[in-house]
Amino acid sequence: MSGFRATSGGRFDRARRVSFTFDGVAYLGHPGDTLASALMANGVSLVGRSFKYHRPRGVLAAGAEEPNALVTVDRGPGRITPNCRATEVELFEGLVARSQNRFPSLGFDLGAINSMLKPLFPAGFYYKTFMGPAINGKAKFWNRLFEPLIRRAAGLGAAPTEPDPDAYASLFAHCEVLVVGSGEAGLRAALSASENPAVRVILCEMDHDFGGWLLADPTGARFRDEAIATLRTRPNVRLLSRTQCFGLFLQGFVGLVERVTDHLADPAIDAPRERLWQVRAGRIVIATGAIERPLVFPDNDRPGVMLSSAAHILQGRYGVLPGRAIVVATATDAAYRTAFALADGGARIEAILDRRDHAGERVRAEAEARGIRVETGLTLLGTTGKKHVTGVSYAPMQNQDLRGPSQVIACDTLLVSGGFTPTLHLLSQARGSLRWDEPLSAFVPDKVPENINIAGLASGDFPPELRGAALGLLPGNDDKSALAFVDFQNDVTARDIRLATREGFRSIEHVKRYTTTGMATDQGKTSNINALSIAAESLSQSLPKTGHTTFRMPYVPVTFGTLAGAYRAELFDPIRRTPMHDLAEKRGAVFEDIGLWKRAHAFPRAGESVKAAVQRETRTVREHVGIFDASTLGKIEVTGRDAAAFLDRIYANPVANLAPGRCRYALMLNEAGFLIEDGIVARLSDQRFHITTTTGGVGKVLHLLEDYRQTEFIDLDCFLAPVTEHWAVIAVQGPKAREVIAPLIEGINVAADAMPHMTIREGRLTGVPCRLMRASFTGERGFEVNVPADFGFFAMEALLARAEGLGGGLYGLEAMHILRAEKGYIIIGQETDGTVTPHDLGLGWAMGKAPRDFIGKRGLARPDLLAKGRKQLVGLLPDDPAVVLEEGAQIILQHEPSTGIAAQGHVTSAYFSPNLGRGFALAMLKDGRNRMGEVVTIPMPGERVLARIVSPVFLDPEGRALHG
Amino acid sequence: MLLIPCPYCGFPRPEIEFRHAGEAHLMRPEEPASDEAYAAFLYERENPKGIAAERWRHVHGCGRYFNALRDTVSDRILAVYKPGEVRPEVAS
Ligand SMILES: [Zn+2]
Repeated sequence: MSGFRATSGGRFDRARRVSFTFDGVAYLGHPGDTLASALMANGVSLVGRSFKYHRPRGVLAAGAEEPNALVTVDRGPGRITPNCRATEVELFEGLVARSQNRFPSLGFDLGAINSMLKPLFPAGFYYKTFMGPAINGKAKFWNRLFEPLIRRAAGLGAAPTEPDPDAYASLFAHCEVLVVGSGEAGLRAALSASENPAVRVILCEMDHDFGGWLLADPTGARFRDEAIATLRTRPNVRLLSRTQCFGLFLQGFVGLVERVTDHLADPAIDAPRERLWQVRAGRIVIATGAIERPLVFPDNDRPGVMLSSAAHILQGRYGVLPGRAIVVATATDAAYRTAFALADGGARIEAILDRRDHAGERVRAEAEARGIRVETGLTLLGTTGKKHVTGVSYAPMQNQDLRGPSQVIACDTLLVSGGFTPTLHLLSQARGSLRWDEPLSAFVPDKVPENINIAGLASGDFPPELRGAALGLLPGNDDKSALAFVDFQNDVTARDIRLATREGFRSIEHVKRYTTTGMATDQGKTSNINALSIAAESLSQSLPKTGHTTFRMPYVPVTFGTLAGAYRAELFDPIRRTPMHDLAEKRGAVFEDIGLWKRAHAFPRAGESVKAAVQRETRTVREHVGIFDASTLGKIEVTGRDAAAFLDRIYANPVANLAPGRCRYALMLNEAGFLIEDGIVARLSDQRFHITTTTGGVGKVLHLLEDYRQTEFIDLDCFLAPVTEHWAVIAVQGPKAREVIAPLIEGINVAADAMPHMTIREGRLTGVPCRLMRASFTGERGFEVNVPADFGFFAMEALLARAEGLGGGLYGLEAMHILRAEKGYIIIGQETDGTVTPHDLGLGWAMGKAPRDFIGKRGLARPDLLAKGRKQLVGLLPDDPAVVLEEGAQIILQHEPSTGIAAQGHVTSAYFSPNLGRGFALAMLKDGRNRMGEVVTIPMPGERVLARIVSPVFLDPEGRALHG
Repeated sequence: MLLIPCPYCGFPRPEIEFRHAGEAHLMRPEEPASDEAYAAFLYERENPKGIAAERWRHVHGCGRYFNALRDTVSDRILAVYKPGEVRPEVAS
């Protein structure tokens, strides 16, 4: 117990109280408090356990840079937020917060035993310990022992397990000037930029109130209040509080996240939790201030040790004193001002311990006038206490040597000031550069992009009282000393960084990764410069030569919810349903995801397995007739005077000579000569084509065709219209296909001689306009009925009723796959993989004999594509007819291969065929067409399967069933 | 995020309206092309540090393909022009 609320001062609502709990204990605070200020006002100084050693920790800082006071805020199921900085959590009635990384309790933490085992946790501990030994190729110790233990022992808060019930909004905004930070510099920038009413200004502030340091400084309050009042009267100004600028991107593109409801006890039900602002700003003013650095010395992490500036804010803004008996250890004059403010607030300043030989004249005089004890030219050697600091030991220094014995001063609070670092993360993100300023001992802006201004402390323009620094491990301490923390959140000590350099890590980026310094959720906001300084010193090189690590966005952690926004569930991964989806559902379809589409895999009947349904459907098509929803096929209408000439260049097949009313199976190659798409080209009239693509390929094909139309074949006059969603497609396949459609069709003669295989006609189906195509992907007599999508359901219902009267029925995607494979019909992406030519597939005939040019023709003539020994499409029949091979299985020629034998091919499709009464497969095999009848070996899980190479056409090789 | 003006629709627009379409000014070698020349056409690309001429499509706008000069160091679009137009001279 040490902190308390002073009777006056601060900018919070002293009249009202709110209740909250921390680790189950109820406390009172005030509106305007943060969780940190309210806890300190209640005398709670132990707020967390550290990451690695489970050391007791208290509040160190005052804002986003806080490394220690990470808490879990619990707003109910799915609304548990871990790793919130208590210095940023606003108090509200009923707030429930918990400490983290402790078991069983914060006061008594078993994990603290790690602290006694600290020789076991040096830099690179994880790398050194877990790289071996591997047993039977498995890192056994890592997987079974170390990882679960470490995951439990070292960690932060736990993520919620329920889905996030909150909504997240997202919007775009534009402005001429964006000001980041509302301290004095930010307010002045916003005031001056917005004088011109034509200049739209956005001022964003991560805190819940505007003003930055001015909120803690009674002398600055009036300017702050007047500035905000003025800005509020200007319609061209948008003030955003609780809004974090987390990333600067190219050309003035900025990411802001606004916390909308997390600070409210009872938020409106329809309010978003957070809002992502994507701002395009003409000019960005970075007015993000500076962050104070702690001092590095042994046991510098006990609760009760706090940054001087944080204590100043605590007192000035929240009226809270961090303790009653305070020692200030400093290398700046600013900490003297903190001491004076706390003394005015009622605390006792036991001493100011100045690392420097001389303090500034003004603060020295004032300390003397106030009767405050000041010691100068000294170093700190440690602190005493367990869960709270009880004293600090120091010794006088002369140059780099101790000048006298160490002394201890008792205190309940130790404030530290190791100097200030301009907050320039955003400048780095915007590809600006930094340079080391030796007198300031800080990185300051160097090259600043032309659309960015740096204002205030961030620019490195420090008032004299903020100058001064004590970098790295304070003298008089060595590696044998107790833990001197640099990175409080990741528990990285001065010794760890020295060890890393001794072990050969010289690049600061490597030191960072090896020691994990600066890699915690605070990204080293308070620790980076000290870490750099220790690394530089131990490498005996200058700090600028050592360089600094890269700042990356986000500046503070951003929730996944904010980044995802509305794009969750179906809006993230939309579902496409065909017009006949409900019919399939009614008929018990089991669906399969194909891209975004839901496609019926099979239609199992009551008591029937999916497998059995597939076999039944496959037989039904060959014996009677099947009805299939083919609406997902890509469809493009190509029109215009030169439509035929255009397609003739696009496809490997000749198209110009296709007569109106005729269709052709056609192949699309890329410039390299490889097959990328197939489909049907149907000529409706002289200047109108209906072409189909694979389900997944239509977007890519349309993009490609537009590319050629716009940029390559600019001499041709034609147009492309995507019509996939316009037409519902029902395939009617089987010996009785004509019987099914004939009575329903009007205006088309569907007789065998009037409408042979591969023709297209326009007419009506039960009164609905239809494009009727005679085509087959099953090898049976087949029609593909295209009707406008709105009529798809009814057309399919009518066709199904007819089919069922003839012994037929629905078939799904899996039966379709078996039917086409039995005929050796390929599927793009299954038999092909981007390296397959038409010749490889035995489709060379499709390109015709007449000389003509088309895309891929020259590519096909390249030597490797003509070489012997290419993989070719073949069929495989396993010796055991019950066996179905694994798709993707490798094929080898020997039965007992020696190691290092390369596979000669792979299985591309494999099924059990009820029509063949056995398992069968398609495969791509080196020189396959010359190996007919040979037996190959296919290694499968647990066995080797022998199979005979056969023609890829397993049924009706003459194609008799297609015709008639 | 890049700002890209469309030579047909005007105004700098956010990158998400566009789709990148590879290097510009690739010339199909004159027939009969050697295998080497054709392989170069297929696979060899400039990938410069500095000004790159590339094709973009205003896919969520007018749907047109056009050419753009982008400085790959500053990642800024320096000029846009229609297919068939001469590559403009710009300084990076
Ligand atoms: Zn456009």
